[in-house]
Amino acid sequence: MKQFRKKPIFRRKLLDMSVRVFSLLTLCFALFCMGWILWATFSHGIKSINWDFLINPSKPWGLPRNGIANAILGSLLVTAGAAAISVPPAILGGIYLAEFGRNTRLGNYLRFGANIMMGIPSIITGLFIYAILVVPTGNFSGFAGSVALAVIMFPIILRTTEDILLMIPDSLRESSLALGMSRARATLKIICRAGRTGLVTGILLAVARAAGETAPLLFTAMWSDAWPTHYFTQPTANLPVLINEYATNSPYEGVHSMGWGAALLVTFAILGMNIFCRLIFKDPKHD
Amino acid sequence: MPVIRKHLIRPETIDRIFKVLTLAGVLPAMLLILGFFAQLGWNALPAFREFGVGFIFSTDWDPVMNSYGALPAIVGTLVTTFTALLIAVPLSFVTALFLVETRGWLGQVLSYGVDLLAAIPSIIYGLWGLFFLVPFMQLHVQPYLTWIPFFGKNYNGFGFATAGFILAVMILPFICAIMRDVFKMTPAILKEAAYGCGTTRWETTIDVTMRYGARGLLGGIFLGLGRAAGETMAVLFVIGNSPGIPKALFDSGTTISATLASNFAEADGMFRHVLFALGLILLLLSLGIQVLAQWWLNYSTRKVQGSK
Amino acid sequence: MTNENFLIKPAAAPTGNIKISAKNINFFYGTNQVLFDNNLEIEANKVTAVIGPSGCGKSTHLRIYNRIFELYREQRVEGELLIDGVDALGRDVDVLELRRKVGMIFQKPTPFPMSVFDNVAYPLKLHYKLKRSEIGEHVEDALRRASLWDEVKDKLKKSGLALSGGQQQRLCIARAIAARPEVLLMDEPTSAIDPVATSRIEELILELQQKYTIVIVTHNMQQAARISDYTAFFFKGKIIEFNRTEKVFTNPSHPQTESYITGRFG
Repeated sequence: MKQFRKKPIFRRKLLDMSVRVFSLLTLCFALFCMGWILWATFSHGIKSINWDFLINPSKPWGLPRNGIANAILGSLLVTAGAAAISVPPAILGGIYLAEFGRNTRLGNYLRFGANIMMGIPSIITGLFIYAILVVPTGNFSGFAGSVALAVIMFPIILRTTEDILLMIPDSLRESSLALGMSRARATLKIICRAGRTGLVTGILLAVARAAGETAPLLFTAMWSDAWPTHYFTQPTANLPVLINEYATNSPYEGVHSMGWGAALLVTFAILGMNIFCRLIFKDPKHD
Repeated sequence: MPVIRKHLIRPETIDRIFKVLTLAGVLPAMLLILGFFAQLGWNALPAFREFGVGFIFSTDWDPVMNSYGALPAIVGTLVTTFTALLIAVPLSFVTALFLVETRGWLGQVLSYGVDLLAAIPSIIYGLWGLFFLVPFMQLHVQPYLTWIPFFGKNYNGFGFATAGFILAVMILPFICAIMRDVFKMTPAILKEAAYGCGTTRWETTIDVTMRYGARGLLGGIFLGLGRAAGETMAVLFVIGNSPGIPKALFDSGTTISATLASNFAEADGMFRHVLFALGLILLLLSLGIQVLAQWWLNYSTRKVQGSK
Repeated sequence: MTNENFLIKPAAAPTGNIKISAKNINFFYGTNQVLFDNNLEIEANKVTAVIGPSGCGKSTHLRIYNRIFELYREQRVEGELLIDGVDALGRDVDVLELRRKVGMIFQKPTPFPMSVFDNVAYPLKLHYKLKRSEIGEHVEDALRRASLWDEVKDKLKKSGLALSGGQQQRLCIARAIAARPEVLLMDEPTSAIDPVATSRIEELILELQQKYTIVIVTHNMQQAARISDYTAFFFKGKIIEFNRTEKVFTNPSHPQTESYITGRFG
């Protein structure tokens, strides 16, 4: 009965080896692309970075002492505003989902809603905020930009908060309650404290993500040459839109250069935040 | 011994307030989603009233004559997304495989390197694309590929091929991260059982690991799909911004998000309503993908449990 | 306490055809040695049981026979393992073919996420070029020999995971014998199965031994006594005693064996 024709083992091993080589090549390719992007940003942007660049506000091309200081400040303001708006409800919601809503219907609806929110393209968010904030008030504003970014950050922080809190073992909750603490106290003082590193990195990562978003700011905070003094009523300068304007809407090489300088600043700030977060918090899921 | 009450307010009440507070923090925010539809729909309505449902299928695009159609933008979105997935999914798969098998600090560093790709802002991808990738494609890649059907004879570095490629690089880290998680979750004993039959590494992956984690893998693919469809800045810079329907991969064109980004600031009147309508279509597209993904995941879970 | 260097050579070495001969096996997890000078001879078409307390190296020893330990880079073996006279640990041995000839059943049933039919057909399609009709015949044959055919013949397209625990393990056995192995390694195959299903599998093992050489690691001494011809007692990585099962259980030569068997430890 042993009259079977065997499959050539050589071919099977060849396929296996080819796949391994292909995997390695692909990985190298991905890292190469990243290296290319970072190198391009660095080499084009570094010529613009100097003290003047960082201190002076932007002006029409040709005027001396041109810089991006107002955009830097504006970005900080808009992002901080977004964080102020999104972080409290998101943390509260994450607590709700992890502590009270683990398997409830309402909890599941909320989770589903958060998933949906995360999938909405950022430009649609910008459009929406435009419709409800810019049109009625009649002006673009940094505040509108903050709200748009807040909508993007909110579901991210919500989910990461829930994930972090769920990773904390129930035995900690039970022992706190066994000591006679109220649920509120146990959650805030013990559980959140235990997960504080994770919660903070979750927030920082969401901030890093929002800081790089351009599309939502295009129709909300827009762009300006002024210092961001009228945050609630006037367009506010910010780095992403500045990069967009300078790099693509101007014929002058010097302006392009400034755009790259801003790009360099933004990229390395965001990457720096990411690396910092990874160093202080080792995500067990990704090890 | 009687328990002495130390609190002014009973702990149970505090807890109830706490629960309501957390819910109050999040519920209004979530209700915003309904607001999305309402607002976009409201602003898009005039366009649909003017052009009717045929708007979706029309290829007119004449701002001067106030005649608009959504089809080129929709097709553009679909083509770029599809191209991006075609490139990114297999590449993510093999990269995830490699990363999962590389042990120790090297594996972690490489994994994190790939993850950092996801942290780069999309406008930076756009800049890189515009200033580096487009000339590169035009000079070194496209001239050699015109013989492939559907790639096209005319090229200038811009277009769907370039946009699809950039999107692929952008979504690769997301899909790869999810696939890595899925591969790690395959129980070691199942893999040993496969190897015990006399399989090569690749055979175990394709026949056993991939099937075991099929749901998770597909979830990752849907995630990438959603991101690619909604991406704006990177696509905007390299798509070429031409309003026609593409006939070849090297053609220039537009996507919904690119159309919105480049026209919205100066648009007014009916044009603005048209753009809102496009936004609504994109929103429905993204949400449709999400809902489909969730439904599929639930369906396949039920199927596995149902046959027990 | 006891003299740990005291190794008893098998008083009655297997008289028949020796299928597997382990010579001077030493095994390491990194720098940590876990198996010390293992020498064992497995007779063809017999059931050899490997018993001993938890963590004494029984499974580790078994996993050398099909080189499944090689999946883990820190694990390393020294010594020889002769299967039909050829050293299976040698560099020029084709591991894929070795694993076809030496099948393995695990502690928990491990059906692949495919239909019952595809599970059993998998090793066949992996190693052989067969026509569809032939595959069908051989799948049925394997399922019959695993005494599972009657229960699944109208469920062949259903997922392997839809079967009960005992059925899943018999499915794994059917899968293991589909590609015509010569040896079956069983690593505590009934530890996760209910008693009724366990006794079915034990009956199955007794039938299978006519065609295959079986080495079974078990925690359950009564099981070893019921179904095996030879028994090896492991303790702390060494083979303390190896002899015909009746002799080991009724009149063990080594005091440690006796302590374990009578339940004084383990």
